Amino acid sequence: MAEREQKKKQQTTTRREDEAVEEAVPAAAPQGEELKDRLDDLLDEIDEVLEEHAEDFVKSYIQKGGE
Amino acid sequence: METEYGIVQRGADSNPISASSLLINAYVQHLELAEEAGESAQDKVDWDFEDESPGNDARGFARDGSMPPEIETHLVNTVLTNGARLYVDHAHPEFSTPECRDALEVVQWDRAGEEVLIRSMRAARRLLPPGQEILIHKNNSDGKGNSYGCHENYLMDRAVPFARIVQRIMPHFVTRQIYCGAGKVGCEAANTGDRKVHFQVSQRADFFEEEVGLETTLKRPIVNTRDEPHGDAQKYRRLHVIVGDANLSEVATFLKVGVTSLVLAMIEDDWWGSTDLSLATPVAAIRQTSYDTSLSETLEMADGRTMTPLEIQWELFDLARKYADDRGLEPVVESVGREVLRRWEAVLNGLETDPASLSTQIDWIAKQRLMEGYRERHGLEWGDTRLNALDLQYHDLRPDRSLFAKVGMETIVEQSDVDDAVHDPPTTTRAWFRGQCLKRWSSSITAANWDSIVFDLGADSLKRVGMMEPLKGTEAGLKALMDTCETPAELIAKLGA
Repeated sequence: MAEREQKKKQQTTTRREDEAVEEAVPAAAPQGEELKDRLDDLLDEIDEVLEEHAEDFVKSYIQKGGE
Repeated sequence: METEYGIVQRGADSNPISASSLLINAYVQHLELAEEAGESAQDKVDWDFEDESPGNDARGFARDGSMPPEIETHLVNTVLTNGARLYVDHAHPEFSTPECRDALEVVQWDRAGEEVLIRSMRAARRLLPPGQEILIHKNNSDGKGNSYGCHENYLMDRAVPFARIVQRIMPHFVTRQIYCGAGKVGCEAANTGDRKVHFQVSQRADFFEEEVGLETTLKRPIVNTRDEPHGDAQKYRRLHVIVGDANLSEVATFLKVGVTSLVLAMIEDDWWGSTDLSLATPVAAIRQTSYDTSLSETLEMADGRTMTPLEIQWELFDLARKYADDRGLEPVVESVGREVLRRWEAVLNGLETDPASLSTQIDWIAKQRLMEGYRERHGLEWGDTRLNALDLQYHDLRPDRSLFAKVGMETIVEQSDVDDAVHDPPTTTRAWFRGQCLKRWSSSITAANWDSIVFDLGADSLKRVGMMEPLKGTEAGLKALMDTCETPAELIAKLGA
């Protein structure tokens, strides 16, 4: 029980630290809407760069085992 | 860190061994051309196999029926001025970083390895006929049951009983994938019972079948026992770790290596107290952890308790924090160790409260987000080959094609430092000496490996300089002496070798 309480305390501390970091560097961790917009842009881009004949490429992608 | 890259030659009917050889030869030729153009470069120096013995087992025996790996000496194999080894391993190009002192250096030189492979691809394209191209992927599986590795190596005190290492590191190796898994569409395990696995945390978990063993290519063990220290065998062991995914995310690589070296430091110092995180069935647990992208399922512990992978990582974190307060973090470099602790805690918090918040830090979460978004947009079912194509292309090293590059992941090393590391060795280990010798006198070096360099001094005289201490041969230790030497003969005389 004591351990769990201690862990909770640590996590609270961390969240506070995280907030401080976010304030200092607002661009570092995009949230919510911004993330979603970014994903939409990303998906647009993916449609442009995705391998042509993706299915053939996946089929022909055969590697030898290594190590 | 050693990374085997996936390779495909497009537009030609070639085998992967010759494609890998062509790729690496193209890079070496590119370096030689750069030298002719007056840029810094080197004569090709071959790897020296004198001291290799990958069949030695850390448990002090070779198990019946186990197959020690064979060394292939006929394939392309070269040493670079950054102290790295670039070669053909089985049917893959492989880049082994030089020895690094801390996790941040590993990230820098692992990224330099990617850069070397990118430059190799470009150099190969200039040599190949139009319509042909070699493509490189930094991944660990072809999605069809064939896997290749990304291995870490940690220098440890030989006096630490190997059984203690195995027992204590096992739960970490099973659960660390929750932040250093690279993500994978589908499943390549022979049997998952009733479980349908559409997307999983790790590229590699499907391929592990044993808890402990010597093999690396079949019946892969979670703890590998290869005992080949590449240093003074009386003092050191090199823990050879085959259980990791190759990461594109710098944060993931930093945590993979940083947390593991911190946990190993605690094991080395026997700073563990009464903690016992032994799992009931590690092989089943590593797969279950990979299949549970909700991070909510519990694993059975040997003592009958149940814990989630996240809870196991929190226990290790709590232990590490106390270790840091009590003993300091000198073994993993104080400032780097503190940063490892900070990021480890932040990532565990993120995984616990909002995994999506880590989509610009953790590979499997970034990839999962892409998959979900793409599925939703195009109305795709799991099993659609286009999702496998997305998965592959996440790992594509071509800068204009790499989906990883499109995601905009957080970085922790500057690109200029990566570019420097393509040619320069770390200053903090014997890699500095190896790299500097190659920079200064590559035409007088006949071969080099991790623990020695062979100089050709003319007049039928070959001289081997041993480097059995991985943390000697640093810039601080040797630069002054090396700067007074015009020739390798002078160096050898001054070293008293």
